[in-house]
Amino acid sequence: MSGLRERILESGFFLAAVASTAATLLIFGFMLVLGFPLLRSGLFVDLLTGAWAPAAGAYGIFPMVAGTLAISLLSLILAFPVSLGCAGFAAAIGPVWLSRPFRRMVQLMTGIPTVIYGFVGIFLLVPIVRGLHGGGSGLCVFSAALVLAVLISPTMVLFFSDSLDRVPKSYLDAADALGATPSQKLRLVMLPYAKEGILSGLILAFGRAVGDTMVALMIAGNAVQVPESVFDAARALTAHIALVIAADTESLEFKSIFVCGLVLYLFVGLMISGLRLLSALGHRR
Amino acid sequence: MKKNGMMVVAGFMGAILFCCSSSYADDLSPFKGEKGTVKVSGGTAHIPVMKEAAKQVMTAHPDIQITIAGGGSGVGIKQVGEGLVDIGNSGRKPTDDEIARYGLKLYQWAIDGVAVVVNPNNPVRALTGSQLIDIFAGKIDNWKAVGGEDRKISLYTRDEASGTREVFWEKGLKKGEVASKANVVVSNGAMKTSIAQDPAGIGYVSVGHIDPTVAAVAVDGVAPTHETVTSGKYPIARGLYSNTKGEPAGLTKKFIEFLYTADGQKIISANGFIPAK
Repeated sequence: MSGLRERILESGFFLAAVASTAATLLIFGFMLVLGFPLLRSGLFVDLLTGAWAPAAGAYGIFPMVAGTLAISLLSLILAFPVSLGCAGFAAAIGPVWLSRPFRRMVQLMTGIPTVIYGFVGIFLLVPIVRGLHGGGSGLCVFSAALVLAVLISPTMVLFFSDSLDRVPKSYLDAADALGATPSQKLRLVMLPYAKEGILSGLILAFGRAVGDTMVALMIAGNAVQVPESVFDAARALTAHIALVIAADTESLEFKSIFVCGLVLYLFVGLMISGLRLLSALGHRR
Repeated sequence: MKKNGMMVVAGFMGAILFCCSSSYADDLSPFKGEKGTVKVSGGTAHIPVMKEAAKQVMTAHPDIQITIAGGGSGVGIKQVGEGLVDIGNSGRKPTDDEIARYGLKLYQWAIDGVAVVVNPNNPVRALTGSQLIDIFAGKIDNWKAVGGEDRKISLYTRDEASGTREVFWEKGLKKGEVASKANVVVSNGAMKTSIAQDPAGIGYVSVGHIDPTVAAVAVDGVAPTHETVTSGKYPIARGLYSNTKGEPAGLTKKFIEFLYTADGQKIISANGFIPAK
């Protein structure tokens, strides 16, 4: 009897795993099929590296790829040190009475809808950036990255502090016994141990930054150009999809957004595998 | 900011409106005893008129629900063609291909000018047609060159689905290029907000959207006003269309017909458009 129950449970779990993996693969296939007319009419590489000028029959998405990269990498660069500092404070250095409410606060932050960040960004941040020297209209890579950094840092802080918490107590006791200060303990014992979790947090945050639509759409300016400075307007792939999806369904413009989807998909996939590979190599050494 | 969120207008001003104007009773009487919903989406220039018309109908006949969403002309045509909404608005004439593919029925109920707008703090109030073309092409990139302050011009344009953009590009820019550095916003409302905030901004909105937060610019000496658009002196104008899939019936038909009544036309002109018969 219990054997049967076990079997049912096992197959239930198995089905759940298959369903979620299949969904991911199906989405990939769906985009491949719908993007096919464009993939066939020109080489994939041409689309990736070309300019966007629908009037001239050019449906290249390179400016958007560049825009996505610029915005998400800059936001990661801005958010990573701050998040690591926050996590270190919450998990190691700060007193418990302060770090507990602090974590609750960060958890709350992960749940705030991105459109709210976008809205606040437009009315508070954009005018300030506009006032900076060379800030232009204020709708630019820098503004978007700054808002995105606020958006992704709670994810990182939670991941980082959770993995810092998982450092075995015996390690910490050993460090204490050797007379380590809290900051030495964090730097020399906890951070090296938590490397894996920090990487996971980084990947997840990067995925969020690449995939976010609202912030880029509302704040980055959506100009179809390769940004040359952080104060240039740019269009992210996600925002591009949101802007073009309203176009005529039969047009090539519309079909090109499936290529965008495909690129986004591959992009995040490659990034994750790359980081995983790096960490696996690091382990072997 | 995608203004796709349904804007359901509540009928709380019922009594007041009903008492104030006896003429509503006549033009709204076809709705008597009707109930049900009409879904409207598409062109964002249409929204002020749609909202007011819907409010009057729903106030007088609370059993009727009219929902109004934005999305842009492209969205309106697509959604009505696919049967997702009852009326799809467009700020351009649907293409022959679109009409044939979806079996669209067109109702042009107004003429609308597309006005060039700048921030009210910007002293520039007039541009020549060629200056306008050069500004949007990025050839003129400082307000000083056209009599303004020494400030870099920030360009604003609309998304691919925008009928306003199509008309402005065709008649305002004479199909000239729009610089790739131009910021792209997704509705007439968002354009107005952006220009109202950016002291160096220039963009274009439907004349019906002009209010004191933005300043309209005369092109070749002609300011975009009710009179100049009506007389055809202001050249950047287009029809506002409500499209249905096939012959409209029931509430949808009555709602469109309401736009052509005296009350409907009053709403249209009050919002800065020229009613079409």
